[in-house]
Amino acid sequence: MHTQIVTRPRFSLANPATRALIFQLLTVIAVVAFGWMLYHNTYTNLMHRGITTGFDFLQNTAGFGIAQHLIDYTESDSYARVFLIGLLNTLLVSAIGVVLATVLGFVIGIARLSPNWLISKLATVYVEVFRNIPPLLQILFWYFAVFLSMPGPRNAHGFMEVFFVSSRGLNMPAALPADGAWPFWASLALAIVASALMCRWATRRFEATGQPFHKVWASLALVLVLPTLSILLWGSPVHWQVPELKGFNFVGGWVLIPELLALTLALTVYTAAFIAEIVRSGIKSVSHGQTEAARSLGLRPGPMLSKVIIPQALRVIIPPLTNQYLNLVKNSSLAAGIGYPEMVSLFAGTVLNQTGQAIEVIAITMSVYLAISISISMLMNLYNKRIALIER
Amino acid sequence: MKRENKRLKLASTVACLTLGTVFALNAHAGATLDNVKKKGFVQCGISDGLPGFSFADAKGNFHGFDVDVCRAVAAAVLGDSNKVKYTQLTAKERLTALQSGEVDMLSRSTTWTSSRDGGMGILFTSVAYYDGQGFLVNKKLGVNSAKELDGATFCIQAGTVTELNLADYFRSNGMKFTPITFDTSDESFKALESGRCDVLTTDQSQLYGQRLKLSVPDDFIVLPEVISKEPLTPAVRRGDDEWFTVVRWSLAAMLNAEELGITSKNVGEMIKSSKNPDIARLLGTEGTLGKDLNLPNDWAAKIVAQVGNYGESFDRNLGAGSDLKIKRGLNALWTQGGLQYGPPVR
Repeated sequence: MHTQIVTRPRFSLANPATRALIFQLLTVIAVVAFGWMLYHNTYTNLMHRGITTGFDFLQNTAGFGIAQHLIDYTESDSYARVFLIGLLNTLLVSAIGVVLATVLGFVIGIARLSPNWLISKLATVYVEVFRNIPPLLQILFWYFAVFLSMPGPRNAHGFMEVFFVSSRGLNMPAALPADGAWPFWASLALAIVASALMCRWATRRFEATGQPFHKVWASLALVLVLPTLSILLWGSPVHWQVPELKGFNFVGGWVLIPELLALTLALTVYTAAFIAEIVRSGIKSVSHGQTEAARSLGLRPGPMLSKVIIPQALRVIIPPLTNQYLNLVKNSSLAAGIGYPEMVSLFAGTVLNQTGQAIEVIAITMSVYLAISISISMLMNLYNKRIALIER
Repeated sequence: MKRENKRLKLASTVACLTLGTVFALNAHAGATLDNVKKKGFVQCGISDGLPGFSFADAKGNFHGFDVDVCRAVAAAVLGDSNKVKYTQLTAKERLTALQSGEVDMLSRSTTWTSSRDGGMGILFTSVAYYDGQGFLVNKKLGVNSAKELDGATFCIQAGTVTELNLADYFRSNGMKFTPITFDTSDESFKALESGRCDVLTTDQSQLYGQRLKLSVPDDFIVLPEVISKEPLTPAVRRGDDEWFTVVRWSLAAMLNAEELGITSKNVGEMIKSSKNPDIARLLGTEGTLGKDLNLPNDWAAKIVAQVGNYGESFDRNLGAGSDLKIKRGLNALWTQGGLQYGPPVR
């Protein structure tokens, strides 16, 4: 190695590799210098204007109320906690939206391919209507035209005197842990572990001897019987706290605020229209020969779809599906228009305004969306790798 | 994946830096007064449609009390109160718009507080309107006092002092509330009307103004409690004392004019014939006030002639001459039991 360098001096402008290195070095220096200049300039000007910089504000008391917080919060908590609440609210809407949009999208996508004329046309109309209306309008529609036109809490629609729908959202009984909670969860866990073991044993026996075993029914029985036994022995795992009208509003129980309902519904319906098209194209991409082969094996339509078509279609479906998930997460920031306290409305809105530290707050908010999006695409890429066609 | 990751990182850095540049470029724009004279108009930040304070008529011209402050500054600096370009800002946008230099001044019913005056790079001039936070409720609820509002749901505007005052009031009275926070004043009033909340809370002046926009204004009443001090004050960017003084004295000129009995009708008369040295100094026939402020000597005369004195503007936009019929109250001159007080001209 050492002798090589001595015998063949490589530093010469005539050497293309050296030139490339120099140019790359110059580019890096230029980029760094530009970045430093921007940073320095911004910092100097902020100082000059007397605008506070840095992230110390996160420790300060927030002092305002928040409509929906998944963790405990009082007005004397810090901005850091407000940030966490905004993040959780964004994640909540995204998670519910992703799950519901996937289910609805698959249903609509498959329905579009249905041989039944009415079903397929209805699915077509759904897709064409909902994917062509801007998501913000859909959010405003669900919020103002649907949820806020419900009667007030004093005239709420009640279902069985425990569920109440009003302009304040959906009030429902809260499940609070009771005496039987521990035995219930323990027996449920036991049942799940037992069924898993049983399934393994059954598969092994099937592979060894060819004797089938009713895995599904046996597991179901285990999961149902054990927890029921625990309830009979130690009492109910939860006690229900029913909402009741007290003063201005329902007190007790759980409430889904209309902002959350409108946002989730709008994002689900909007994204599902795109997912339906992705699912349709995925299924179409599986050659018709596969369907014919499955049919000739005597598979019924259900198993044919779930065992032959969908697994192959998923390879085409997953990558664009990831994009839709990312879009859904980012679209959740449109909630600012209806006052759902998520990242943009709560943190990049209220906190930015109360502290006046625009650069820091926006930088934090951007990195949060970046982090969420990258996590989602990483997970989806992992999943995609797992289901990819394994060539033998 | 890795490559994508890097690219995303780069993109976010670029985005951050672009945001930074916005701040960076503006600081080199030079003194605001010179800049305003050069470009020939005042860029003024006002609210997004608030009856009495800033609202557009059918022809798209802006009117209102806040708008008059912008017009006064334009009259003083450029001699023409119409040389204003307006930027409508939500409560959330306003402070950033001023900080970043998007507007030259903010006249947008903004409360002067220590935290805004301290660390946000803006300076408040002097109080244009003494306000306080109040409550608007539906009559059907049968509520007569804010003390009966335990457990109620409130519609509020994001990024306002209102949000903080409300929390403080309920905390100190040991009561509970749920806030629903909207971006614009209109959205929050729409939500009140549709019953999303029991109470709307904001500055009293806005309650009276926005109440008129409701489909049945008489269904709603303003509760007697005023839970905070809200000195609504025009603001400028920190670090430009010259411009600060011009904006402050434009308002002070309107106050002094009212106190001295100068109106848009008699200002021509006063310039010619008044023997009162205070009037002569204010209107520029004596002394060097205009020169000291880097303004033409008849700057205050232009304000009064084109915009009117403080009382005229108040009556026209908020008081007896308007639909709002707000009483002068705290905003009467000090000589009439109010708090408004123009510093002496000498």
